[in-house]
Amino acid sequence: MAERSYTSREELDQYGFHPGVTVLAPLVCILLQAMLPKTFPWLIHIDLPLIATIFFAVSRRSPIAGTVTGTLIGLFQDGLTNHPFGVDGIAKGVVGYVAASVGFAVDVDNIVNRIGLVFTLSMAQSGLLYLIAHWLLGDVSYRFLPVVELISAAANCVVAIPMFAVLDRFRIRD
Amino acid sequence: MEERAAEAGGARFAALTMDSFFYRFRNPLVLIAIVLMQVIALAMQVQRPSSVAEVPSARAMEEAGSAPDGKHVSLLRRWTVTAVTPLETAVHASSVKVRGAWGNYVNLFHTRQQDAQLKQEVARLREEEASFAEDAAQGRRLQTLLGFKESYVTSTVAAQVIGTSGSERSHVLYLDKGSDDGIRPEQAVITPDGVVGKIRDVFPKTSQLLLISDSSSGAGVILATTRIRGIVKGTATGRVEIDNLTADSRIKVGEPVVTSGGDLVFPRGLPVGTIESIAPDPLHQPYTSIVIKTAANLNRLEEVLVITGTSATLPPAAAQDAATAEATQDANQRAADLIAEKLPSLHPDADGAAAAAGTPAVGPDGKPVSDDPESQVGGAVGYINSGLPRPKPAVHPDKFTPGTVPPAAELTPGAPAQAPKNPATQSSPQ
Repeated sequence: MAERSYTSREELDQYGFHPGVTVLAPLVCILLQAMLPKTFPWLIHIDLPLIATIFFAVSRRSPIAGTVTGTLIGLFQDGLTNHPFGVDGIAKGVVGYVAASVGFAVDVDNIVNRIGLVFTLSMAQSGLLYLIAHWLLGDVSYRFLPVVELISAAANCVVAIPMFAVLDRFRIRD
Repeated sequence: MEERAAEAGGARFAALTMDSFFYRFRNPLVLIAIVLMQVIALAMQVQRPSSVAEVPSARAMEEAGSAPDGKHVSLLRRWTVTAVTPLETAVHASSVKVRGAWGNYVNLFHTRQQDAQLKQEVARLREEEASFAEDAAQGRRLQTLLGFKESYVTSTVAAQVIGTSGSERSHVLYLDKGSDDGIRPEQAVITPDGVVGKIRDVFPKTSQLLLISDSSSGAGVILATTRIRGIVKGTATGRVEIDNLTADSRIKVGEPVVTSGGDLVFPRGLPVGTIESIAPDPLHQPYTSIVIKTAANLNRLEEVLVITGTSATLPPAAAQDAATAEATQDANQRAADLIAEKLPSLHPDADGAAAAAGTPAVGPDGKPVSDDPESQVGGAVGYINSGLPRPKPAVHPDKFTPGTVPPAAELTPGAPAQAPKNPATQSSPQ
């Protein structure tokens, strides 16, 4: 009988990506995020870079990699806005860290877990942005609109499922 | 020897402990370090250089929260924009070509009909222009008399929207024209419908348009009917509102809002929108929140005009249009006079100007006209069409009846009172 070697879940489900995919996938997400709302204004509520951050973080299962990926994507997003650099960088860095940490505990290939993760982290990002705007930037006009945030989180879930399925094809087992 | 060995062992233990601490908590430590760096970077970006705050216009921008970035931040933003905008421009250009080809094909079916409609509209607008020409000329004369500094738009650059910020909290668009095309920060951006925003940041080939719906945007406005001045601002949710006015019953829903020119960015008189709702602002009592429905559809912007030049005098083309309109107005007036001469019965108030000035109407023979009710359209006795309703003759006249007492100029102080005359039997001045 062959002897089976049981390793940690982290080692079992850790994936890597081709460097081209690592760079291009978030870039395409940011580009689509910047271009699509011009034609379809309601798409502004969907955060494609956030979905990419969550996907890469849970796939790699490395909190450090998740933090760095999220931060870089967030900073790139900040560059296209009129906000100071760091607003989205902090929020997405924290989201990347949490997503990678949660990836240890749950089966992120399960579709229900994926929906729950995306929904929760979308709401968490909205809360973080509210805190950053209020505490760090002193912007009292920024308001947390629960209904809008819930709709945005639900829309992110709808988009995340097919997007995860597409990105799954580029995973390489480490 | 034993002491040295103990010291070395202690140091090694401490190093191992520290190593294990950093190794064990490396993930949260990296997160904390990255977040901390960005917080410091945020603090540095929010600070403004003191030399900038000394410039009045820069201070105004700072108050509005739309001041341009510092040197290093601007460089970072330029790199980001440079990485994204070429792709956006390429995609936009190809989509415009596809849509243009299809649009040209479809439009051919309707060209003749549209041409006829446009000609009719041009004729109608010319007539309207002519009717407004006199008022405009009078307005300009009064402005000259009062030394009022008007700014006319002399040059614009048409630009196309190629992208957005991609964030629902940042109402920013990217245009396909930049500093190479003469665009500078703080220039107003409009569409034929109304104000859109202003240029925030400029790059060689692209520029960043800050919409008036952004929370850091602001513009001086005036309510067109009540002439009340205010400041229009964007909100975090993308609404446009005036929040610095107290409750005023004169302000009504539907009132047009135009730029006041006081912000030195937007020329005076550009349409901003109409008042959509008025409600007390619970966060800033006693002020009201006046929500504006923007004249330009900010969610569907394709092409915009960047105002690159203004002048205190009317541009040559506009001056020529005004002169043409005035000439048309004069021609229309002469035609109206000719008709009035040929058809006098249609204009019983030919001497209306004299009547309005308070002088008695005079007939063709030079004598005052009769106060016979048949010869008057309305007004007081002896004054044709003064605008006042003509009273009916009193059935039982007394001393209060109009016309029973002689004018004050004919009375003699101390003379006995005369018996009232019956206006019904009063003879005409002739």
